[in-house]
Amino acid sequence: MAAEETAQGPVTMLSTPIRLDYNFTAGVAQSKSLRGYAEGRFIGQRCPVCKKVYVPSRGSCPKDAVATTEEVVLPNTATVTTFCVVNVPFAGQSIEIPYITASILLDGADITFMGLIQGIAPEDVEMGLRVEAVWVPKEELGPTLASVKYFQPTGEPNREVSTFAEHL
Amino acid sequence: MADPTEIYTSPHVLEYPYARSTGPIIGAFLTALRDGKIVGVKGSKGRVIVPPTEYDPDTAEETSGIVDVGPGGVIETWAWVDTPRFDAPLDTPFAWALIRLDGADTAMLHVVAAPTSDVVVTGTRVTAEFRPAAERVGSMHDLRCFVLEGK
Ligand SMILES: [Zn+2]
Repeated sequence: MAAEETAQGPVTMLSTPIRLDYNFTAGVAQSKSLRGYAEGRFIGQRCPVCKKVYVPSRGSCPKDAVATTEEVVLPNTATVTTFCVVNVPFAGQSIEIPYITASILLDGADITFMGLIQGIAPEDVEMGLRVEAVWVPKEELGPTLASVKYFQPTGEPNREVSTFAEHL
Repeated sequence: MADPTEIYTSPHVLEYPYARSTGPIIGAFLTALRDGKIVGVKGSKGRVIVPPTEYDPDTAEETSGIVDVGPGGVIETWAWVDTPRFDAPLDTPFAWALIRLDGADTAMLHVVAAPTSDVVVTGTRVTAEFRPAAERVGSMHDLRCFVLEGK
């Protein structure tokens, strides 16, 4: 043991992890969207002024600074606005690379959220790809976006970029 | 069906696994801790700085010369922790203290283990208690705590 100790060189590196343990409270509006995931559906909110639909709901319109109270149930179908092919491994990665993460614009929604794309080769994904949500089995649904397993192509023709350019 | 008025909360953990290079001076300090010793560095006018820094904080001059200090020292100021948090260095009540080690001209923040708060007073002599050699890795935690001298 002592021999091993003296064989150790000088210390040159130091591990200094920074860690925050905290509780996140979703609030009224986001809880509605989270409850929707537990029921296997997307719930957003419409702004009474500009009529834009936000999903997940945040409770207010950032443009008009008014409360959004009207609930909107959105379909499973969506358009990929932009996407990224992930080729780089990183700590904590849970999906085999390469995989595609995309900005998902649900039909009827005005903002996108991030979603995983499966069922298509990375080289075949294009902006405007039509996709639909695949939910986990009913007994596994919970108040989390992880209730959506992934989005897969519907087989419909791609949308022209000009038709969703305002959502890019 | 879920309660339609429930507000969800959930525990979150955010962690960045940083690794830092120590540089020659902090490296010497951590190497000494791994060896069960405490060292400082000579700053301007021979002032001994502990923990050591690469530059004298008063004059900005480069420091030079690693020197042994401690393991005994004196409590300068302290704060008693009656209810240790889950991530505290000790799971029983303890003091965070600025300790001026013998041979040092500055004080170092560390943990003082004491049975009760009334025995921790400014001027109290304490001494370093290291972890067993096999557990030391070159970290501030190699120095488990300070204990009251002669107790
Ligand atoms: Zn609006």
